[in-house]
Amino acid sequence: MDLSEHAVIVGASHAAVQLMISLRQQGWIGHITVISEESHMPYQRPPLSKAYLSGDLAEERLLLRASETYEKLNVDFKFGCKVTSIDAKNQQLNLETGEKIGFTKLALCTGARVRELDLPGTELGGVHYLRTMDDVKAIRQSAKKASRAVIIGGGYIGLETAASLTKLGIKVTVLETETRLLKRVASEQVSEFYKRLHEEEGVEIRLGSKVVALQGNSQVKSVVCDDDSHSGADMVIIGVGVIPNTELASEAGLVVENGIVVDQFAQTSHPDIVAAGDCTFHPNSLLKKSLRLESVPNASEQAKAAAASLCGIKKAYSELPWFWSDQFDVKLQIAGISQGYTEAVVRGDASLGRSFAVFYIKNQQIIAADCINRPKDFMVAKKLILQQSTIDVAALVDEGIEIKTLIN
Amino acid sequence: MPAITYIEFDGTEYHVDVAVGNSVMDGALNNMIDGIVAECGGCCVCSTCHCMIDPEWAEIAGEPNQEENELLEMVDVREQTSRLSCQVQVTAAMEGMVVRLPESQY
Repeated sequence: MDLSEHAVIVGASHAAVQLMISLRQQGWIGHITVISEESHMPYQRPPLSKAYLSGDLAEERLLLRASETYEKLNVDFKFGCKVTSIDAKNQQLNLETGEKIGFTKLALCTGARVRELDLPGTELGGVHYLRTMDDVKAIRQSAKKASRAVIIGGGYIGLETAASLTKLGIKVTVLETETRLLKRVASEQVSEFYKRLHEEEGVEIRLGSKVVALQGNSQVKSVVCDDDSHSGADMVIIGVGVIPNTELASEAGLVVENGIVVDQFAQTSHPDIVAAGDCTFHPNSLLKKSLRLESVPNASEQAKAAAASLCGIKKAYSELPWFWSDQFDVKLQIAGISQGYTEAVVRGDASLGRSFAVFYIKNQQIIAADCINRPKDFMVAKKLILQQSTIDVAALVDEGIEIKTLIN
Repeated sequence: MPAITYIEFDGTEYHVDVAVGNSVMDGALNNMIDGIVAECGGCCVCSTCHCMIDPEWAEIAGEPNQEENELLEMVDVREQTSRLSCQVQVTAAMEGMVVRLPESQY
């Protein structure tokens, strides 16, 4: 490593910030340039649909680091700047402005973008997606004049948004095409719980509702489903998942599957290019498979491995994935990936109150847990998953037994 | 701005100014102090911003609430003055406060 080296980071979110910090900590003395399509200093995304939308978190508290931190790191930002292509052979980026930026090392932290619905009326005023700070600013603007909101999509983003808008005094309806909420990621018990929670808080949940059109003149007025029902709305938020931003990588000839393919060191198929965060398809030795994750802990930890690789240090990334979601007074903490479970068992009462945990079992081992207002169960679950031993299910669901005692 | 001293497990000391209203976690992150991981960014969900408040300052830092307490119950080595630094809001009274960072967060 020397002063003539130039590391360029594309993207300026969680992975990018950790990457630049780790680069300096691991001895990178060369130049660092960060290129971001957005115009804000790096900010936290998780609160966007939660405390920032509901107005409980001020904008300055959303920033990932104070601006002086970037001065200390000696990093150059190029905001509002789009990379149009990577010339991998000549180690150069082409920008939309026509400018070219050379690099000796490149880090792709391009994240993901919202999946858009191809339906009539999505161009109407008051219709929003939610991914960026600017998206939420626009949603908050709409919310000031709205009394009714329709959310399309009963996943985590949709449900968090429903809770935040309810808190702002708006009557919310959630439309979900599946037969239950969170169907892709959670057990029936958890789905049922979130339906009950939202209904108790005054949200209308409509399952099996496939949206066919949004109607209105210039401003959205109603949402039409395939059963011809109309839901009145002053605003609509569409939360139907994200697509990883992999085009730059694939056009540059890097290997891409469901994300930019990297190894456990965050190395892409090009020796001088790493990638980290939501955009990567990466192996996880604990889960014994490759996957793509939409998660802050994943972005940060993978970025540490990516920075190490750029500094010529091998630091494998393999962590147990975990996630969280805040809705009303309920904090959900998820440990592991429940996919492939054969049995879901409940500690506590899922049908009453707002505190229980669901453990997902496969081959008599815990592979994941959804913990609802149960921080200790979550911490124990992480340890139980990692210890990969046969679990005594009867003891696990017995609230008379202290859960900590199940750790070997 | 109150000056706070962070001491890493190996004895490395950092003296940094932290704005009132920021958390003790923010102070560590903004100054690239290694011993605070803060995976969740300060939402009291992950317990990777564990610190031990110098006993002299424990009263000023205050007590954890139930949620924080449950997370602290499961950290590797909990001490009497353990706190999650994301939940300790810096006040003017914390001028000179000393916090230590656990080995597990390296």
